[in-house]
This record gives sequence, structure tokens and C-alpha cells, in this order.
Amino acid sequence: MTTADTNAPSLSGPASSGKPAKPSKPGWDYSPAPETVKVDIASTYGLFIDGKFQTPRNAERFATINPATEETLSEVTQASDADVDRAVKAAHAVLPKWAGLPAIERAKYIFRIARRIQERGRELAVLETLDSGKPIKESRDVDIPLVAAHFFYHAGWADKLEYATKGRRDGATKGKKALPEVAPGVRPVGVCGQVIPWNFPLLMAAWKIAPALACGNTVVLKPAETTPLTALRLAEIFEEIGLPPGVVNIITGDGRTGKALVEHPLVDKVAFTGSTEVGKRIAKATAAPRPDGKFKRLTLELGGKSPHIIFEDAAIDQAVEGIINGIYFNQGEVCCAGSRLFVQESIVEEVTKKLEIRLASLRVGDPMDKNTDVGAVNSKEQLSRIEHYLKLGEQEGATLRRANASTLPKKGYWCRPCFFTGVQPSHTIAREEIFGPVLSVLTFRTPEEAISRANNTAYGLAAGIWTEKGSKMLSIAKQIKSGVVWCNTYNKFDPTSPFGGFKESGFGREGGVQGLKAYLDG
Amino acid sequence: MLRQVHSPRVDAVMAAERAATFTKRSIKKSSKMAGLRLALSTLDLTTLEGKDTPEKVRSLCVKAVNPGTGQSDLPDNLPSVAAVCVYPSMVKFCKETLEELGALGRVKIASVATGFPSGQYPLDVRLEDTRKAIHDGADEIDMVINRGAFLSGKYDVVADEIRDVKATCLREGAAVGRPIALKVILETGELETLDNVRRASDLAIVAMEEAKRAFAGDGATKRRSDEGKAPATSNGSPNGTHINGSPTLDTSKPRNLGTSTFDFIKTSTGKVTPAATMPVTLVMLEAVRDWYLQTGQLVGVKPAGGIRTAKQSLHYLVMVKETLGSLPTVGTSVDDQHPGGWLTPELWRFGASALANDILRQISWLHTGKYRAQYDVTEA
Repeated sequence: MTTADTNAPSLSGPASSGKPAKPSKPGWDYSPAPETVKVDIASTYGLFIDGKFQTPRNAERFATINPATEETLSEVTQASDADVDRAVKAAHAVLPKWAGLPAIERAKYIFRIARRIQERGRELAVLETLDSGKPIKESRDVDIPLVAAHFFYHAGWADKLEYATKGRRDGATKGKKALPEVAPGVRPVGVCGQVIPWNFPLLMAAWKIAPALACGNTVVLKPAETTPLTALRLAEIFEEIGLPPGVVNIITGDGRTGKALVEHPLVDKVAFTGSTEVGKRIAKATAAPRPDGKFKRLTLELGGKSPHIIFEDAAIDQAVEGIINGIYFNQGEVCCAGSRLFVQESIVEEVTKKLEIRLASLRVGDPMDKNTDVGAVNSKEQLSRIEHYLKLGEQEGATLRRANASTLPKKGYWCRPCFFTGVQPSHTIAREEIFGPVLSVLTFRTPEEAISRANNTAYGLAAGIWTEKGSKMLSIAKQIKSGVVWCNTYNKFDPTSPFGGFKESGFGREGGVQGLKAYLDG
Repeated sequence: MLRQVHSPRVDAVMAAERAATFTKRSIKKSSKMAGLRLALSTLDLTTLEGKDTPEKVRSLCVKAVNPGTGQSDLPDNLPSVAAVCVYPSMVKFCKETLEELGALGRVKIASVATGFPSGQYPLDVRLEDTRKAIHDGADEIDMVINRGAFLSGKYDVVADEIRDVKATCLREGAAVGRPIALKVILETGELETLDNVRRASDLAIVAMEEAKRAFAGDGATKRRSDEGKAPATSNGSPNGTHINGSPTLDTSKPRNLGTSTFDFIKTSTGKVTPAATMPVTLVMLEAVRDWYLQTGQLVGVKPAGGIRTAKQSLHYLVMVKETLGSLPTVGTSVDDQHPGGWLTPELWRFGASALANDILRQISWLHTGKYRAQYDVTEA
């Protein structure tokens, strides 16, 4: 276990400096409340190709572990180039049949998936928490309900695509090998190679698979190597509901598998969510035309360094709540995490104090405990990356405020939520994505300065604005360069609302009518 | 004097969202038992009906002192409730009964006053109402604010009246030789918006403080002459009311509340719907927290009305714990535990009548594994 020790703050008086007081022994605390549902996990998993789990001979395997205990949960298969080829070919073979189904039939399959996810919701939530380290409270109340919602929403689109594509007429894909139309003049894109991250394993799978299926595409999906279990469980659901073989294939593996998938000539569209670094490599790899002269379609949803702007006329207590939720939700391992907080100078002391108080009340620890607010960091590698930034932030002159003193389990990867004050725009911790429970607090004096500082970043994924003045809120929102701007709230996700970035946060949108575009030709 | 009120704004959507998170905590087993005992010990067991009689009030007092009397399915060391809360005309019967039971002072007598519940009476009548209740034996006065004045923007009228009532409490308290706590009922159901709740909270807190300062100023000369006569308290104020918290509180040491009496802001009369809600109470907790951060002074909070189940009471306790954090205060103990923060009858109360019995049923279930029938829980 690696953690720096911290002191507990108490609700201390206004003049208290950075020196935290010793905690009093709490007289009333919550007893452990472990989630008791047990899920069966096989000792090994094969690859889900062409409608069934297959175990390639002499397959290389790797362990997936529970980051809260460091115990091995299962061993999964490293898909080789040949395996990727089989999966893509299976997806390619079934494409005309799947795209040619009456739209209402495609919708029925997707509805069935959504319902089955709801029915098995508890099991999926537990599995997600075991594999990813996120608190059960979040997987149960956020991740899994949103997964189901995405399938429900897109099931509804399957037979209404003409309303999403009004005025769009395809020409390019007409010809002998053209796929059937899924709306007047509009066809599926084809085989979609999708590579997803470890922060919201099943939710990202849903974001990718649901619109692809609704639009008549077929899919080869690669979950992240540290969190493959819920995607494999989703494959079981596909089997259960009788999804035609090959329509969705799920293959596990590390970056090599992802590379083979992205570069496969029969893949028509690549969708990637993950780091900007890998995103750039994928953009390069897909920049060259395929042997048939066509280009691969590409959407990227990458990193972020999203700003929160809090004005002195904000509802401060609620804003602090939103800031806490914005950065410490899912241990800060969120691409749209509000990791840069811009506070109007006149209220910086008050906001800092209230952040400290609120931070102290967060419960960090066993993700399976229903009262846990912040769980385990996803992997050892990620934890060391976060710790690197914590060190760097202090070296560069910012002040680290560790206001949380939760007792941590002996094993596992843990980082207590914390924040930096005295951060300058030039500091690394204000520029690079940390992807952990670390907030950088900066200041501004005027709205114009707030906007220019907020936009002074390579990223442009999300932003939060906190003010009770409506006219100011709307005017600032228009001037922030990011895909999402939340006003007086944060981290609100809904399948009907498009999500995506500007600049190095990627391109393309997921969710809403806009999200369908990437999966339709024409 | 036109009063300027600069209260922070409240975002009702986010406040409701935050309040809802407190209901998601899983409180089981020993923490549930401890929480229920804490809820019981911070209860103002209330009867406020036109049909109240001395006999009804006596049975209420008996239950208040020993909620588990002679009931084998309850642990025999159940705490008394914090106070009984009655109409002014019933105060003397409370005093008699509590005296007989040897519980006077331990279970407080709270009296609604100032023309409860509407407050639509001349000020002199309301102040006399307060004075009489104190002389009849009340330890705590639950006053109502002038909502009509508040909603028409006459904040100075509201504040002046609160000051007058507080001054009456201080003066009459000194006369009867007991500190009198004031609870200011905002009647949040009539104020409607959370912005109003916050503004009324701040206004009440500041008005009570002004009255205390004025009283301390007046009494300073007099006090010097009769030093030693008045009951000495930790802060030396004449009636034991905490006046000046040091603005640089040393929170590293447990702070003993035992000898001080604190004033409260209270949500509702119970006669208006909605009565107490979690978002409203959250905003009031934030107001007393901000006051504490600014001045180091403590003000209590009392949600009243609409809290009927043990489960709801636990939700509220979670909210207090997670909002007012870890101030190491030492108040009246439950089971020799000091939960700290505002989780003590000195700073937190539930105003309720039906709640007590649901808490007792839940304690009985935890204790014996069996539920009691509704009819098997004593009335009053």
C-alpha cells in the first residue's frame, strides 16, 4: 500500500492555518455495510467471437485484479492478431444481415439487452466495483442505470433514424457492395472497432455499442486490460438474449490487441475513448487510406483538464458540493473531471475552507462498503502517476492540502482526495491531466480573466460555471471552448445529451441525435 | 434603521440533491442502535393541541423522563428525551410532574410562546406570553417570527422582535436564576424559498447575538457589584448563556458545553405544511456553520414537524454529522459517548410527537429481534 499519512482537520475556527487539529474519536460512526451479493467469476475467460466464447490454443493470458485488495479475480485472454482478424471477419460477415433486419427487429434486440442489464443490475454493479475499484454506491446508482438508459435510448432510435437524418442523402456508398439502407438514403458505416478505457468500463461499452447497433453496424470491442470483466459479462447477456452471432464481438488484451484492431483493413470505423497520447497514435494509424481507397471513420474522446469557474455571487455551499462531485467522483478518474478550479479572488478563503471541511467528510476505503464515497485507484500504475503529480505540484511551489484522514485498508491502491492551493497557470498540475482525486485551485479577478484562464488549455471537454446571475452564466457559457458546459451543476450524464470534446479532448459526439452521426453513412 | 441582509444565495436544486445523499447512507446494527439512542436523547417530546389537558401533559412528562418504563423488550438504560414541548398554560404541570419524578432540569421544559403558532398578536402580548412561561418554569422558549413582516421585506421589524424576545429571556432568566434558551421558529413552510430560509436564519442568529451583547453591556456594571451571586459559568456571562466564543477556537481540545445554554433556530411550528424538510434543515445547518466559522459561536438547530419515523431521524443525524463535521464538543452524553459536532442535545433537537414511539419500536426490534405492534407502544 502506498499512501502519504495525513492529519484530520476538524471544523475549526476561521483563523486556523494549514495546521490541522487532531481528530476526536467519533462517537457516532457508521458500521461497516458491505454489499453482500456474491457474483460468480470464472477462473479464466476466452474471447467472445461470433456469438460464443472461444479459447485460442496456446493463448497468452493475463490477470485482472481487484485494485482494492490486489487479489486476482480472473485470468483473461490476450487476443492475438489472428484472433482480432477472426473477430473482425465475423463482424464483417454478419453485417449485411444485421443491417438488413427490419429496424424494429434491431430495436427489439437492443431493448432486450437493456432490460437484461436492469435485471442483472446488482450483479453487474458488484462486478464493476470488484474489477475497477469504484465505490459500489456509484456503480449501483450511476454506472449501471446509465448503461441501461443508453441501450433503452438507442433502441428507441433504431426505427426512427429517418428523423435523425433529415436532408442527408448518401451517394458514396451506393453500388454493388453497399449495405442496406437504415433510413432513406442512409446506411450503416460498417464494422466498428471500439477501444474503451477502464474508468467506466461497462458504461463506455454501452456508449459505444448501443448507437452502433441501433444504426445497423456490427462491433468488435476491446475493453481496457485492467477492467475486462463487465464487458465479458455483457457478452454473456448478448448470448442470453440471442443476439445474432458476430454482431458484437468482445476481445480482451493490451495495447497490442487494440493496435491490431484499429489497423485492421476491414474495420470501417474506429471509436476510441482514452488518453490523448494513445488517441494521437490512433489518429495517425487511421490517417492512411485503406487498400480499397476508403478512409476509416474516426471518433476520439480523450483527456481533459476541465475548468470550474466559481463567482462570488454563486450559491457557495452548493457550488462546493458540485466541485467536490466534479473532481472526486470515481476517484477523479473521469475524463471530464473538473480538475481546475478558478475561484474569484474575493471568496478564495471561504471556498478553500469549505472545500477542506467537505473533503474531511468523504469516506475513503473499501469500495464494496455502501457508505464509501471514494474507492481504490484503478491500478498501481495509475496510483504512481497520481503520486508523481502530487510530488511535482509541491516541487513547483503549490501547497498540497490533504484534508481527509480516512483510515485506509492495508492492501490496495489508495489516494486520499486532496487539493492544491497557490497553483499558478504555468504549473504542470494546472496543465496536465492527473486522472486522480487531485484538484488545483487557481484564482481570477474578472469574468474576462476567468474565460481566458479557463480556455488556456490544450483540452476542451467540459466546464462548470457557478453563479446565481443568469445573464452572466449564459454569456460565459458561450465563450468557454468545451464540448459540455454545466451551469450550477456538474457531471450530469444523459443518453439524450451529446458528449465530446474540442482540441486535444478529441472529436465526434456520443449520445443524443449528434451521437448517431458517427455511425451512419450519408 | 433599515436592516441590510447579505445572506448567501441558495441553489434549491443542488441543495435538494445534496440532502438526498444523506438518505443513502446505510446505518445498521450498532451504529443504528447508537443513532436511535442519540435521536431519542435529542428529542423535544411535543404536544401542542387545543385539546391538551394537564393529565395529557403529565403522561407526556412521565414518558419523557423514562421512555422505556417497565417494558421488558427495551434496554433498561434508555436515555431521557431532551425536553418536553408544550403550550404556555401547560408549563406549570410539566414543572410539577418533572419535580415529582426528580427530573427537573434534566429534562427541560420548552414552551412555545409569542402567540404561537401565528404570532399575529400585539408585541406586548407576545412578550408577556414569554415572561409568564419563564416564570411558570420554562427552560426554553420556542418563539415564532413575524412572517408577515419578513415577506413584506420589513427585516428590521422581524429582527427587532427577535431581539425583544431574546432580551426578555435574558432578563427574566436572570430574575428566575436559570439560563433560558431561545428557539426561533422560522416557519419555513411559509417562507417557501431556500433563499428566504437562509436569510431568516442569518437574521435570527444576528438578532439574538445583538440582544446578548446589549444585555451583557447593560449588566456589566451591575454584575461587578453582585459578583458571586449569579451562577458562575464558563464564560462568565450572567445567565450562563454563551456570549463570546473566541474567534480563534482551539479545536484540538474537546470543548465542554455542559455549563452553557445555546439558542436555536427551528424550522416549523408543525402547524403548516410542509414542516421540516431535509433541504431546509441543511440550509439552516449551513447558516449556523458559517456563523461558527465567522465568530466561533455556537447556535443549535431544531427541525420540527413531519419527522415521524426512526429512519427519517437517522437521515437527519447523518446530515448533521456530515455537514457540521467533527467539532470535538462534549455535550450531554449518551452512553458516555460524545459524538461531537452538533450531535448533542445542547445543539441539536428533533421537535416531534410520533417519532418517539417509532424510535422505541426500532430499538425494541434491534434489542429482541421482534417488532411490537403499534397498539403495544405506550401513548403520549
